Amino acid sequence: MKKTGKRFFGGGLGQLTIPLIAIALLVIFNLFRDPSFFSIDLSHNSDGNIVLAGNLISIINGASELAILAMGMTLVTAACGGQDISVGAAAAIAGSVFVKVLKTAGHINGGTVLLAFVCACIVAMLFGTFNGVLVAVFKIQPMIATLILYTCGRSIAYWINGGATPTVSSPIISAIGSFIPGIPIPTPVLIVVLMAILFKLLFHFTSLELFTQSVGINGSAARLNGINATFIKLLSFIILGVCVCVAGSIGVSRLGLINHETLLLDIEMDTILAVAIGGNSLGGGRFKISGSIIGAYVIQMLTITLYAMKVSSTDVKAYKAIVIVLLVVIGSPVVKEKFSKLVGPNMYRHKKAVVKGGEE
Amino acid sequence: MQENVLLQMSHIEKRFPGVLALNNVDFTLRKGEIHALMGENGAGKSTLIKVLTGVYQMDGGEITVEGEPIVIKSPQDAQNKGISTVYQEITLCPNLTVAENMFIGREKGEWVRHKEYEKRADEILTQLGIPARSTQQLGNCSLAVQQMVAIARAVDMKCKVLILDEPTSSLDDKEVNMLFSLMRDLKGQGVGIIFVTHFLEQVYEVSDRITVLRNGELVGEYLTEELPQVELVSKMIGKELEELSSLGETEEKNIVPSEVFYEAEGLSSSEALPFDFSIRKGEVNGFTGLLGSGRSESVRAIFGADKVNGGTVKIKGQPVKINKPVDAMKHGIGYLAEDRKRDGIIAELSVRENIILALQVMNGMFKPISRSEQEAFADEYIKVLNIKTAGRETPVGSLSGGNQQKVILARWLLTHPDYLILDEPTRGIDVGTKLEIQKLVLKLAEEGVSVTFISSEVEEMLRTCSRLIVMRDRHIVGELKGKDLNQTQVMKTIAGGEA
Amino acid sequence: MKKLTSLLLVGLLAVSMVFAGCGGKKSGAIKVGVVNNPPSESGYREANVKDMEKVFSAENGYELKTAYSLKNDEQLQAAQGFITEGVDYLLISAAETTGWDEVLKKAKEAGIKVYLFDRMIDVDESLYEAAVVSDMAKEGETAVNWLLSQNLDTYNVIHIQGAMGSDAQIGRTGALDAQFASGKMNKVVQQTATWDEAEAKKIVESVINSGEDFNVIYAENDGMAKGAVAALDENGITHGVDGKVIVMGFDCNKWALRELLAGKWNYDGQCSPFQAQIISDLIQGKSTNSSKKIINEEKGFDAKTLTQGDIDTYGLGE
Repeated sequence: MKKTGKRFFGGGLGQLTIPLIAIALLVIFNLFRDPSFFSIDLSHNSDGNIVLAGNLISIINGASELAILAMGMTLVTAACGGQDISVGAAAAIAGSVFVKVLKTAGHINGGTVLLAFVCACIVAMLFGTFNGVLVAVFKIQPMIATLILYTCGRSIAYWINGGATPTVSSPIISAIGSFIPGIPIPTPVLIVVLMAILFKLLFHFTSLELFTQSVGINGSAARLNGINATFIKLLSFIILGVCVCVAGSIGVSRLGLINHETLLLDIEMDTILAVAIGGNSLGGGRFKISGSIIGAYVIQMLTITLYAMKVSSTDVKAYKAIVIVLLVVIGSPVVKEKFSKLVGPNMYRHKKAVVKGGEE
Repeated sequence: MQENVLLQMSHIEKRFPGVLALNNVDFTLRKGEIHALMGENGAGKSTLIKVLTGVYQMDGGEITVEGEPIVIKSPQDAQNKGISTVYQEITLCPNLTVAENMFIGREKGEWVRHKEYEKRADEILTQLGIPARSTQQLGNCSLAVQQMVAIARAVDMKCKVLILDEPTSSLDDKEVNMLFSLMRDLKGQGVGIIFVTHFLEQVYEVSDRITVLRNGELVGEYLTEELPQVELVSKMIGKELEELSSLGETEEKNIVPSEVFYEAEGLSSSEALPFDFSIRKGEVNGFTGLLGSGRSESVRAIFGADKVNGGTVKIKGQPVKINKPVDAMKHGIGYLAEDRKRDGIIAELSVRENIILALQVMNGMFKPISRSEQEAFADEYIKVLNIKTAGRETPVGSLSGGNQQKVILARWLLTHPDYLILDEPTRGIDVGTKLEIQKLVLKLAEEGVSVTFISSEVEEMLRTCSRLIVMRDRHIVGELKGKDLNQTQVMKTIAGGEA
Repeated sequence: MKKLTSLLLVGLLAVSMVFAGCGGKKSGAIKVGVVNNPPSESGYREANVKDMEKVFSAENGYELKTAYSLKNDEQLQAAQGFITEGVDYLLISAAETTGWDEVLKKAKEAGIKVYLFDRMIDVDESLYEAAVVSDMAKEGETAVNWLLSQNLDTYNVIHIQGAMGSDAQIGRTGALDAQFASGKMNKVVQQTATWDEAEAKKIVESVINSGEDFNVIYAENDGMAKGAVAALDENGITHGVDGKVIVMGFDCNKWALRELLAGKWNYDGQCSPFQAQIISDLIQGKSTNSSKKIINEEKGFDAKTLTQGDIDTYGLGE
């Protein structure tokens, strides 16, 4: 058997089947409903930027924060077998720090923006460490541990800027939040690509992926093989902290202000959902970052499709829930098993068998 | 067929991705017989059992119970049809009590009637002489007791067909005898028992008939008394037994005095009392003793698997600190844990990933082994150790027990250890693989690797070890070598009588 | 027992106040106690507090004492404290509309005159001199009249509302609803974003993605207008003076007025926090307005006529 083919289709596609089918269904549905859904225009906006616009752009742009958080959440899920529900609140903290530093610096230029981002990052990583210590050292269930920050995070964000919702307007901020002059692709999309590349590099130049999966699947065995499970879990939360900071900073830059009460509100559930739709087990273990990214786009595509069907932004949540229940049920082990029984024997016949007794 | 046929499985076929696990297999069980199902790893024993109990749906064939064709849809369905199972790996819930485990899934009403169940459970436990209370949390019981609770559960279900899949692999002799007398009782009541085991002596002690499978196919059905042990083994592994006997003859182990590799004084951990121990380069020694004697706990202390409390450790004469597994690994020590499922395999990861894991840990997180190297390593060890797998990317959890064990062996061999600790490497695996592992141990020793080998089969240890450390009640009570290395002497030392 | 003591205290205070009043007259400073929300609450409040400080300054002949809290009971305590200290005037912007009876009665007994500003309180009119407040409905009318004066061929309006039921929402919605009802303007969508910038952005995005045409965004505060504009920018839709879409906001934050000055928004309606001068005029008898409810005059700013001077004078926040 050829190695690459097997790796791609044997190992990879299996997990990605559900999210890819979901995207395909949404595409087909929209093609039938209204093919103009897919039209993309090139125009100028009031800032004088050339801008690609259209529903597809709305999808990939709008899902940016979600996709970035989903990347980090995948890692936490894999290592700890649980989820961080404080990402929205933590993003509000990071965003508040970002704005606070810019305000304190007085003027906004490349240097102060970088400084603000680094400060926000450090703070987000500290809060990630806080969550991580609760989970990895004190062995508290991730959802319970992160419930603390989920509850108090936005209050902490409130203190940072004294309760106000300060605005930051600058060409640099709008370049981060919307468009870099001359580049018609929304900057958040570019940041997602950058983050995905960073993760890819991280997994390429370290064995974090292997260790994380080992810890998530069998912590006891991982420990006896010399893996420091506590460190790996802690690390996953710290990396998620970086993602939280990036997502928070994008959120702030999009609007040019920080509203600690509503920045990335309710995003934690969408993030967990993206991970699940991506075919990753919420119980930890094997994971695919790419699945979670696709999961994020599935959620956003669903939202935009509903918008296109003139569902109001308030009602979208309810409709979304229906579709997502369907997706999750289809992806559940029970349905998967039934499905593989239906198509199973035929599929396997194609394969050049057979090591006898591979299964006892 | 005879009229007392209880269960008839004919032309059973079962496929898995890339594997034909059962090919046209027949199996017949009569009322009131103990029928041993024998075969190597991957022979298809477990698959056949899982088809019978509704865990897997067969792809072809027919099952009749008392002449009536039946379809078994699920394990629950199998139970309802009088087919009960005790699996090789304990499948109970460690976080529930003994009573809950015995009655889970069989509650009559919608409300779990705790008191009633606990009373009933205690009755059965007493009747079977199982040293456990119904209110105890199962996870706190020893593996042996957990296994017996599983059996008690099946016994209580008034089954027609009782399947015991490696029930004795974690029981000591006394417990095994208790189980056997129970099996004979049940047999007297007309229950048909399918007995899957790797212990040949036990097969001859208790079974009436033997069915042998090999590579997913039926080899034949024999009356136990008409099939000599040697013939049975040859039917199972499909070759003549020269190897088997020749290995038994390597008793003259010439111990070349060599430098001491590892030396511990007063070593103790949260689980092990202080003990002294040393091993020379190229030496194979063993820890023996009954379950709970502290043999596993001692070797775990050597590896730093539990919290180390005290003692001095020297490697090649140099004092070192080994507080956690990674310390031991850095000093060239490898450890194959007793509980393969819990402490060994990373089930969902591929064979490749499982093999390179320990080496990767030693290299550190920032020096990943390249994909091509990983593949080369995996291929090499799949070949060297003859690991039966559909491919190197197959999840290791889908392999048979023996092959999983080989994968873990490969993992440690890849780190090129100076000292390898193997705790029960042959438990629950077939004769052929057992032999391979024993040979491998001797070969490693020849190459200068020190090996500590633990097995609950004394005979196996006598064949491989040049020195045996005997433990009782968490203390080392004797060290046997040379002419003292024989079954009688070992038994005497374990039992604590005067030698 | 406690009540007796406090009554006694109040009596004592009343007496001492007379003396204090005499002393005050000697030094010429009028003692004013202000109970307000903290300046950090919003840009509006910040401007409000600064305005108070500016008007009731020593140069203008005042002695100003302030207390800031978002909690009603803390505000009540502060008011009690001012009465005890013996101020001449008590100015209140209450956190909650209820619970003030007792304190205001005590103030009256002590001869302290009470002015309410920004927010009304549920008490008998006799307990205060006057309330200086904004008229939100008028703000809405001013804005809608401005919009009508633009003489567009069609008005396709996205109406982003504030928190439903709030004074500002009810007032600013009313005038526009009348236009929808009369058919002069088309309602593309009318939805609440509860003052949230991000939600406002989502509402506009949903309209853009649905493909419906629109040329006016009427947002009931500056933040929501900003969110709406972010959605336009992302989708390459122009807005402002030379743009396709007219953008309207309320509150006159400085940053919002700067958007107007840059021509990116078209209109911003004032919600004036500047009640201090009106009250000062009443205190010093310069104003003869005797009504209990005094409406604070509020402007609407057009991007075409706005000046930097207006921003400096009327802009809230920094």
